[in-house]
Amino acid sequence: MSKTNFLKGLWKEHPVLRQLLGMCPTLAVTTTAINGLSMGLAVVFVLFFSSFVVSLIKKVVPHQVRIAVYTVIIATFVTIVDIFLKAQFPQISRALGPYVPLIVVNCIILGRCEAFASKHHMADSLIDALGMGFGFAWGLFLLGSIREILGAGSIMGITIMPQAYNPLIVMILPAGAFLVLGLMVAIMNRIEQK
Amino acid sequence: MKDTIKIIGVLTLVCVICAFFLSFIFALAREKIEGNNNKIQQEAIYRLAPSAEKVTEVKAGNDVIYKLFDNKGDLIGYVFLAEGQGYQGKIKILAAVNPCFDEMKGIEIIDSVETPGLGDKIQGEAFKRQFNNLIISLPIEYVKDVPNKDNQIRAITGATVSSRAVVNILNDKINQLRERLLEK
Repeated sequence: MSKTNFLKGLWKEHPVLRQLLGMCPTLAVTTTAINGLSMGLAVVFVLFFSSFVVSLIKKVVPHQVRIAVYTVIIATFVTIVDIFLKAQFPQISRALGPYVPLIVVNCIILGRCEAFASKHHMADSLIDALGMGFGFAWGLFLLGSIREILGAGSIMGITIMPQAYNPLIVMILPAGAFLVLGLMVAIMNRIEQK
Repeated sequence: MKDTIKIIGVLTLVCVICAFFLSFIFALAREKIEGNNNKIQQEAIYRLAPSAEKVTEVKAGNDVIYKLFDNKGDLIGYVFLAEGQGYQGKIKILAAVNPCFDEMKGIEIIDSVETPGLGDKIQGEAFKRQFNNLIISLPIEYVKDVPNKDNQIRAITGATVSSRAVVNILNDKINQLRERLLEK
């Protein structure tokens, strides 16, 4: 039970490739592999702790204001991530720019809190959060890697393409994000159809 | 009525707890964040003026200018901070110039949120190096080909807006400061 709970976020109900949630950060920050990975891990952190708190207080929160309460909780953890990155990893913080604060409105997190954490036991909620979070993270890491390899000829900042390779700048531009994401979703659909 | 009080109560409580928690975390990290920012600035000044033995801060209007002196105590230049609107957000540039304000020694980009992979190449060495020994007695210009004048730099392909922003920010600041510093 708990194993499928974890795995569904990684594959069957992948937040980016199956549910098409969180498109804004997915498309915007994946210009390099490291940016995609950092954003993914930041989301894992926020999702995990938000699900924890939401699951903890689900019985005392009045139904009418639950979304407002969830948003405040999510915003708190996002701000913690933001402060932490600024203090410990100023480089990554500068690269991600405004997209860290924007995790507040990432619909994957609010979606999981509303659809799962507020209706399930603590343990299930945490496992669900980890599955969805790491699903999001690998999606962004892969997307960022493909765009970085094609668009800049490097991976994690290390040049891997031969000198003669002429980088496809379009891959770094927003259009490249749509192209690669579209292909990834198509491949995912193809695999799942069989 | 009872429901209303509960709604208000829970919401207020959640906000207060979160705010308390955040201010606690922020207090822990503040020193480190300020330290990081200062360090970035100090390192940038050092990279711009490795030969400076002494750096003093002077206020000129709203700006802080760093005067650079060599080991004999002679003024060898100024470092100033210039900021302005880039393609997406603010660009902060630290720039070094010679004492008569006609030649640029170099620039460092302190802060920018330009498009990763394109506009953020203004932070790359290839772009910044163009400002070393650039003539600034005339306004700096940007061209899309190989520059053929001493006051020209080559804009980054695909990021003309960011390149132009850097040039404009520098030109504006240079004009302001030149008047203020040279009239003294």
